[in-house]
Amino acid sequence: MARAVTTGQKTINTVAAWGVALLLFFPILWMILTSFKSEATAVLSPPVWFWFDWTTENYESVLEQANYLRFFWNSVIIAVGSTALGLVIAVPAAWSMAFVPGTRTKDLLMWMLSTKMMPGVAVLVPIYLIFVQFGLLDTRIGLVVVLMLINLPIIIWMLYTYFKEIPGEILEAARMDGASLRSEILFVLLPMAVPGIASTMLLNIILAWNEAFWTITLTTVDAAPLTKFISRFSSPQGLFYAKLSAASTMAIAPILIMGWFSQKQLVRGLTFGAVK
Amino acid sequence: MGQITLSQVTKRFGEVSVIPPLDLRIEEGEFVVFVGPSGCGKSTLLRLIAGLEDVSDGKISIDGKDATGVPPAKRGLAMVFQSYALYPHMSVRKNIAFPLRMAGLSQAEQDKKVNAAAAVLNLTAYMDRRPGQLSGGQRQRVAIGRAIVREPAALLFDEPLSNLDAALRVNMRLEISELHNSLKTTMIYVTHDQVEAMTMADKIVVLQAGNIEQVGSPLDLYHSPRNVFVAGFIGSPKMNLITGPEAAKHDATTIGIRPEHIGISAADGLWRGTVGVSEHLGSDTFFRVNDTGLGDMITVRAGGEVALHHGDAIYLTPDMTKLHRFDEAGLRV
Amino acid sequence: MSTQASRSAARTMLSPAVILLLIWMIVPLVLTLYFSFQRYNLLYPDRAGFVGLMNYTNFVATPAFLTAVMNTLVLVLGVLIVTVGGGILLALLIDQPIWGQGVVRILVIAPFFIMPPVAALVWKNMFMNPTNGLFAELFKFFGLQPYDFLGQAPLASLILIVAWQWLPFATLILLTALQSLSSEELEAAEMDGAPAIKRFWFIMLPHLARAITVVVLIQTIFLLAVLVEILVTTNGGPGTASTTLTFLVYREAILDSDVGSAAAGGVVAVVLANIVAVFLMRAIGKNLDA
Repeated sequence: MARAVTTGQKTINTVAAWGVALLLFFPILWMILTSFKSEATAVLSPPVWFWFDWTTENYESVLEQANYLRFFWNSVIIAVGSTALGLVIAVPAAWSMAFVPGTRTKDLLMWMLSTKMMPGVAVLVPIYLIFVQFGLLDTRIGLVVVLMLINLPIIIWMLYTYFKEIPGEILEAARMDGASLRSEILFVLLPMAVPGIASTMLLNIILAWNEAFWTITLTTVDAAPLTKFISRFSSPQGLFYAKLSAASTMAIAPILIMGWFSQKQLVRGLTFGAVK
Repeated sequence: MGQITLSQVTKRFGEVSVIPPLDLRIEEGEFVVFVGPSGCGKSTLLRLIAGLEDVSDGKISIDGKDATGVPPAKRGLAMVFQSYALYPHMSVRKNIAFPLRMAGLSQAEQDKKVNAAAAVLNLTAYMDRRPGQLSGGQRQRVAIGRAIVREPAALLFDEPLSNLDAALRVNMRLEISELHNSLKTTMIYVTHDQVEAMTMADKIVVLQAGNIEQVGSPLDLYHSPRNVFVAGFIGSPKMNLITGPEAAKHDATTIGIRPEHIGISAADGLWRGTVGVSEHLGSDTFFRVNDTGLGDMITVRAGGEVALHHGDAIYLTPDMTKLHRFDEAGLRV
Repeated sequence: MSTQASRSAARTMLSPAVILLLIWMIVPLVLTLYFSFQRYNLLYPDRAGFVGLMNYTNFVATPAFLTAVMNTLVLVLGVLIVTVGGGILLALLIDQPIWGQGVVRILVIAPFFIMPPVAALVWKNMFMNPTNGLFAELFKFFGLQPYDFLGQAPLASLILIVAWQWLPFATLILLTALQSLSSEELEAAEMDGAPAIKRFWFIMLPHLARAITVVVLIQTIFLLAVLVEILVTTNGGPGTASTTLTFLVYREAILDSDVGSAAAGGVVAVVLANIVAVFLMRAIGKNLDA
């Protein structure tokens, strides 16, 4: 609204908004704070807020033991790998749907999006058995393939929307200039689509990193990413809140940062354009 | 180089026939203009020649060789798009060099040709800028530079001046004509503006609904329009077309007389009317005359200044040698 | 532009994606269907055989089934109400002129990016733990007995946890839709004397209707599939108090190794998801020329 609001009104709104925002953010804040406490401090009753001896011992401890870095690395490989693989397959598909549309293109796109809606639990059994059969259980490559498949519709969809914003005439000019299909995509389309591709990658890495169904059911030890590692702390035998907080903070930090930059992409990617 | 022949070329989009079987021959070095109202198929025809669309039937040959199925990259033609279609992420230099790069020329060769093209088009000062930093006219010239750098068999222009303001359009028209004089390459130019057609073309192809209404030099079309459509399309202001009893007097369904071929008098003449709107341009004056009994308003051109005003009586005498006659089918008699 | 050359190139370029998705769709589902008609337990692989619809009848007949369906309904509806209702209110609030709107947005959307295991464990250990969770501390502060959230109200606790994760999504979508509402419409209404409540009800809400529909449908798809949060907090318990349909199938498959039964349950889950998907596709399809 262009009209000015009274300062009083604005103050009330600000206080309310900040109040709610801090309330929602509080669990995350609490977890981060706890990660810097000693285990004893973490379970103090009544709890302490900011005025305690901050320590990094939990971070050091987590990084030393339990192969934490390997789980972290697994998350990275699975998230980045499935995204990269997805892009390789999605770029040509999105190109053809955006620049050589046919009568069935829209239906095809809808069908692709609908594959994302299949509940994982419905195909858990056959996928699990297939994985066992082919020795893919607890392998990173197996997970890369599965996560690529479940996110492919979103990657294709997002690239499609970004490609549609590029004027087709520029690609036609490239053809008139003697460019082969490969040259047209490599030297003209992709450089122009860099922002769109970056956005798609961002969103997809986030989705893959946080994916907690297949990463938990299809791994045990070797290929386990952070989701699996953390989920093992569900039984109360590990009352190591501070260490758990440290491990969790490190697990979510990259994604939190990436997520803050990707709000627009989130809306575009996850509502399939139905909301602008 | 640059001789193009279209034989029985047809284009259908699904069930709809956009271009019925069409024959056309374009000679080497000609400046051919496709002109016609919106939707007449002129851009489609250009794209068929370029290879950006497939023909539904018929053959296209370039320099004697069948080019009908050949992809656009291999036809040896170059195109200037209405929106210029420059590569926004490349500098002017790289834009112009792109076709040469695709053709596999060495960097030295590329530089030589690019600099030559830039010199011809006065772009040397802008070589390292991006298209986003250029004005409309400059972008236009980069698009032309990119097209000529490959020395194509023919240059195709798709309404290149539509996005420019009026003054710039006149300048670019001259530049393109000069370019044609110096390069002597075949040029095929699409426009809806008949002034561009008349001033630039060696040969004009008038199109309507996919059909070729007439092919000829500008003066051919001006003096001898083959039918009512061409007669009304070429020439500005439009030719006066009169039907009814007056036409019957001359043994035709429709007669036509251009505004510049009608004599004016305040006192005496063949037709009498009342001055409606008068447009004074200084060099010419145009009168829109009503109440002549001939049907619609008649437009008359008078050289210089004429002291007749709205509401005055005016007498018109057409030059009979310049009268055009058309039959019921609209064809020239 | 479309020539034969470009169309055949397009077909080739599309085929990897189409083939992969086709295989991903068909093969596992066909296998699930096949298994659902088999009596097959991984622990007793010799006792396999065709049993027709027995798995389905068994699955539906177990007492856990009805509970699971109810729980699923409650969970999904509960989360939807909280996220859509809260989302609208939050979106309205954030849309007001406030200082530091950027930071507020960042804080509000953060929960969506927390991976589910972490989110679930933070709530379980730090808030809901009856011994030293923060809620317990709060209760003690007021002299009340600490409440065992996850033990005594598992479904409600789960609704809280899952809603916390999805509220940012709903808020973001609704905020985006809200900001696309031209201020002129609202100002005209204000000039016509409409009070804030009426402006909200007659102008904003209809404008948001589209976005709300999309949020509801998309969230439903994902909420039906919620698993890890349950696994990590209550494990479906106590008993089956927080077992949803998805969790039931998971339990049959992984924990009981009963492939046949799990497959039957999986087919049921697919049917449910498809129903929602049909409506979602229609909502998206209307806008797909974007």
